[in-house]
Formats: sequence, C-alpha cells, structure tokens
Amino acid sequence: MLMKLPMKETLMIVALAVAVLLLIQVMGTAYGVRVLVEASCYAIIALGLTIQWGYAGLFNAGIMGFVAIGGFSAMLLTFPVNQSFWDSELSGELGVAFLKLVAAVALVAAVMQLHRIKVPRSIRLPIILMVMATLYLWVVNGFAPVTQSIVSQHGFIGGLGLPVWAGWLVGGILAGTVAYFIGHICLGLRSDYLAIATLGVAEIIKAFLKNSDWLTRGTLTVSPLPWPVPGASEVGFVMARALYLSVTAVLIAIIFYLLHRAYNGPWGRMMRAIRDNELSSSAMGKDVNQRRLEVFVLGCILMGIGGAALATFNGIFDPNGYLPLNHTFLIWVMVILGGPGNNLGTIFGAVFVYVIWVMSEPVALFILNSISYLGDLWFAWEAPSDFSSRALQARVFSIGLIITLVLRYAPKGLFPEKVQHHQ
Amino acid sequence: MNELVFFINNVVISGLTIGSIYALGAVGITLIFSILRFAHFAHADLMTLGAFFAFFLTAMFPAVGPAVGLPTAFVMLPLAMVMTAVAAVYIDKGFYKPLRRHGVKPIVIVMASLGVTLMLQGLIRMFMGTSARSMYIDDRKGIHRIELPFELASRPIVLTDPQIIIIVLLVIIVIALHLFLNRTRLGKAMRAMSDNPDLARVSGINTDTVVKVTWVIAGSLAAIAGTMLSLDVSLKPDLSFHLLLPIFAAAIVGGVGHPYGALAGGFVIGFAETLSVFNWAVLLRPFRDYLWFDLPSTLAFVPSEYKITVPFFILLAILVWRPTGLFKGKVL
Repeated sequence: MLMKLPMKETLMIVALAVAVLLLIQVMGTAYGVRVLVEASCYAIIALGLTIQWGYAGLFNAGIMGFVAIGGFSAMLLTFPVNQSFWDSELSGELGVAFLKLVAAVALVAAVMQLHRIKVPRSIRLPIILMVMATLYLWVVNGFAPVTQSIVSQHGFIGGLGLPVWAGWLVGGILAGTVAYFIGHICLGLRSDYLAIATLGVAEIIKAFLKNSDWLTRGTLTVSPLPWPVPGASEVGFVMARALYLSVTAVLIAIIFYLLHRAYNGPWGRMMRAIRDNELSSSAMGKDVNQRRLEVFVLGCILMGIGGAALATFNGIFDPNGYLPLNHTFLIWVMVILGGPGNNLGTIFGAVFVYVIWVMSEPVALFILNSISYLGDLWFAWEAPSDFSSRALQARVFSIGLIITLVLRYAPKGLFPEKVQHHQ
Repeated sequence: MNELVFFINNVVISGLTIGSIYALGAVGITLIFSILRFAHFAHADLMTLGAFFAFFLTAMFPAVGPAVGLPTAFVMLPLAMVMTAVAAVYIDKGFYKPLRRHGVKPIVIVMASLGVTLMLQGLIRMFMGTSARSMYIDDRKGIHRIELPFELASRPIVLTDPQIIIIVLLVIIVIALHLFLNRTRLGKAMRAMSDNPDLARVSGINTDTVVKVTWVIAGSLAAIAGTMLSLDVSLKPDLSFHLLLPIFAAAIVGGVGHPYGALAGGFVIGFAETLSVFNWAVLLRPFRDYLWFDLPSTLAFVPSEYKITVPFFILLAILVWRPTGLFKGKVL
C-alpha cells in the first residue's frame, strides 16, 4: 500500500512550522526555543487530556490540580536537601506527627469495618462520625505546632535532592493516586459529577499547596529547581533550552508511540466502544467503570509528568502561578481545537495554541495602547489606570469564545479522529 | 451568655445568610439540571453578572435608595433581575440551543457552559476592572444592634440590612416558587418536562417556552443571590469562583432536580461552612475548669483559608453514601 500523505494535515503542519520559525526569527532564538519547550510540556499534559476526553469521553475540569501536583513533586524530590532541618529535632517531631496520621487512618479504616461484627447501623454511624472528628482534631493539633516551628526556624523542610527523573516519575504517580480516589468515587455516576469533583479537587490541591508553608514555602516560592540537562550558566541559554527541548521531545515521542499502539490495539477499540455506546459494551461484558478509571488515572499520570516537566523548566515552584485559565482551559482549547482522540492533532493543537497564546499578550497590549492613544488624541478620552490589566481579560473572553465556537462548528477539531475500519 | 451571642452572630446569622444565597443559586442549577439535563457551570457567573448589573444601576441612580430608605442596589434589584434573565435567555439561545439541536451528549453542553463562564468572566473584568467594589455608593450599610434583655449578655446581636432582606426575600421566593410549580399551568408543564421530556412534548407542552421560563427563573434568582451577597460583603469579579463549588454541592446534597432539596442543601452547606470555621474554643471557655485537656486558643475544625474544602468534602461524602442526595433526586 502506498503511503499517501494527507493533504490538509501536511499543509497545516508546514504552516505551523513556518509560524514557529517566524516567531524565532522575530523574537530571537532563546525566546523561541523557550516557547517551544513550554509548548512541549503542554503537549504532554494535552496528551493526558486527549486520552481522557478523546478516547473515553471523560470530562476533566481540574487539570490544573494534577499539573500542580506534578510541579510540587518535582520541587519536593529534586530540590537540594535542607540539612539544618534534618539535623534538628523537628524532623523527628514531624515524623511523630505523620505516625499519628497513619494511626488515625488505620483507626478510621478499622471503625469502618464495624459492620463485620454486626454492629447495627444506627450505632455505627454516630461512632464513625465521632471517631473521625476526634482523630481529625488530634492529627491537626499534632501537626500545627511542628509545622509552625519548621516555618519559623528553618523556612521549609527542603527537597530530597533526588535526580530530576525521579521527581517527574513521582509527580505522575502522585497525580495518578489522587485521580484514582476521585475517579473511584465519581466514575460510576453521571458524567457531570466528575467535572464538578475534578474542578473542586483542583482548587483544594492549590489551596493546600499555597497554605502549607512548611512543605512548599507557600507564596514565597521555591527556586531554582535543578535541571536534568546542563543549565544556562554552563552552556548558554539557547543550548541549555535546546537540550531541555530534546528531553521533552524524546518523552513525547515515547508517550506518542505507546498511546498510538494502545489506541489501535484491543484496549483502544474497547475504550472507543465504551465511549460511543456504553450500554452495548457493558452488555458485551466490559467493566465500564473499571476501564474508565484506568484511562482517567493514565491521563492524570501524563498530566502530572507534564506538570513536573513544566515546573522544572521554569525553575520555580509557585503555587499561586497555577491558574485555571492557563492550566485547565488553555489545555482544553488545545485538545478540542487539535482534535480529541487524535494524538498528532493534540500535539499540533498544543504548539499552535501555545504560540498564539504567548503572542497574543504583546499583540493585545499593542492594540490597547494604540486605542488609548488614539482615544486620547481624538476624543480626549482618558483610559482607566488599570486599563492594561483589564485589557488582558480579553484573552479570557476569547478562550471562552473559542471553546464554544469550536464545539458548535468544528466539534471534531482540525485533525478529526481517524478510526481504522478493518474489513 | 456572651459566648452564646458570639455563636449566634457568627454561626446562626451568617449561616442563614450564606445558606440563603447558596440555596438561591442551587435552585437555579437544579431547575436547569432537571429541564435541560446538564450541569450549568456558568451559573455562578450569572450571579456575578446580576450583581454587576445591580452595581451598574446603583452607580447610575445612587440617590434612589436613601429616598426609599433601603439599599439602592436592592431597590434596583427588579431591573437587574430582568436584565440577568434576558441575558440568560440569550446565552441559551446563542450557545446551548444550537448544541442541543445537534443532539450532542450532555457533557459537551457542560463544556460549552465552561466556555460561557470564561466569556462572562472576561467581559465582567473588562468592564469592571479586577478590584473589589462596595455596592454602597450614596448610602451606608445599615447595621442593627439588638441588645438582649438578659443580665449576663452585654454584647448585642448584630444584624445588617442585607442579611435581614435576604432571609425575608428567601421566604417569599420559596412560597412563590412553590405556588408557581404546583398551581400554574407553566409550573406544571415544567414539572412534566423534568419528569419526562418526550412525553411532555407529545402531550402538547411547548418545550421552548418551558426552557425560556426556566432560564428566566434561574437568571432572576441568580441576580438576587449575587446582588445580596455583594451587598453583604463586596462586589468582586471573582465572586463566582467562591460560589461555584458550594452551589453545586448544595444542588447535589439536596438531590438534583429537586427544588426544595436544593434549598435544604444550600443551608446544609452554608451551616457546614460556618460551623467548621467557627472557633469552638470560645464556646468551651466557660467550662475550661472542668475539661480534662488544655483549651487551645483556637479550636476550629478548618482554618478559614481551607473553607473551600468544606463543600467539596460534603459533596464527596454525599456521592459516596447517597448519590441521589438527601431528598432522592430524579436525575442521576
């Protein structure tokens, strides 16, 4: 069979490449490569979403939370060790606090099993609630003094000083664990519930990371995070970023290959069957909820890895920097514009949307400055003082508009999903 | 006694206020859910939009309120309700109806509603800026201090105008909604459509009208809730952000598709929030000599920066133990 290059796709990819080259030409190589690295990290996250939404039709509205977990893990595992904390007595006290937590969890788990020894429901429920409340207060009051003195004496507990790949891997695992619990609760219910729950969990993860000063330094941020490749001080900006780009590119290639195999394999066919007709696939004996849980956890693992790569590249862990707009909805646009369920389209969408997103800020500012200048010149209209910060909100509006328009007019995206039919 | 007054001020009154606001939002969500079968994520932004309209009207006619003796924004509320209702109907027409007609899965409409959320947020911030504003322009917030006739209670119970208004308003709205849903043709048509849309259509109910009425009710209730909340606190563009999770939790706790359940759910979430951030040490202080442990100065279940976790964990608990909600919702 002759390999025929699809005309439309090739043209679009060529156009994107030209646009990227133009960007590098105009803004300088170092900046251009930076945008590409960030776009590649977003592409990993977007691949995570495309398997959730494109393969299985699961709506994840809390990507930001999983991205933040990845970033947190990259920070915690790779940041140099804070020796003064580990040498002090506080590390032991923190250990005791964690032991209390473990003991409390074990006790709650034990109380949950009361029905096995035939305790009637009416007694069980108050017991469970009281035990949970008491243990909760016990654990919280165990942590509070320790964490306060950590913050006042040592700043924060520091990292673990492990290699970067370990941070990325654990980022994926942590994100997957959180996803498992959320998915376990919500996937058997209406699909909207998953959206609400993920939206909530993302906010809670952010609130936790922002307020746990002993763990993340909160608003003080942690930097610089170590890189997996030689940094800018050793080989120069362009070279260092290009090396980083090669790392993420290899990562994307591996993920892409694995996903491609999975999509065309029996597992992918089953996922599509469940997405397109849940009833008939469960009649065929497929465990719908279990499969969905699988794909949800897998997607969140990718999001965690992508988030870790992004945080490592930026070199700074800033819990306040995680915004639903940048880390959830932008990724949504990448996936639905690129083509949900089509990995190539997703990567295309990630690079395309990210380049536009980055360029839209200076362009929007330029337009606004001209507007306020002309307004002043012609009508003596004085722009409000926070005009530029207001004006950037136009980007929020356009993201929303793009989502609604794409859903209405091009629900399959620029690269529609191609389902192979075997005769 | 003063401790009890503190409890009333911080838990009972603020719980009632915030509970009423959540309840109004949750009723809208639950109505949309039962008629149109999707989770309307833009609802919290509809509330902000309503508050923004009220603010806009207040800024235009700041002298009306002092003349009547009520907060200006409250006097302007009917107009703001109409504007929000019209906006809601047109948002449906522009963004949800075409998708419905395409016969897409409900989850795609949910996504579209997130798109609408972003659009509304962008618009509101473009016109209003990103800072918080007070809804009182020419008048001041009325604060009533009720002295208690007991010897031991030296502190007064504090009530503000918006708190009284919202609680009274909620009672009126509940009665009106009950009469509307049970006595009028349109209300019965709405209930029929939420039970079985196809059957409703074949029995001659004009589903387009029902959908429109749903949006009008949901939009007006959202405007009331948003305006009263920003009267009570202040008008912030990110108001919606703090409302979204609690109102969804309230709708699900009450049982989706169940307006009275949504009311109850709103109060459950409202009181759970205020109770969990309440400093219990204050109530226990009179008994400190009889306690077997040292009383810490603050003994709250949740530090106030983690307040947002409360509705979330209630939501998770209800999804685990009783996914249909307290009142056995219809849609699951």
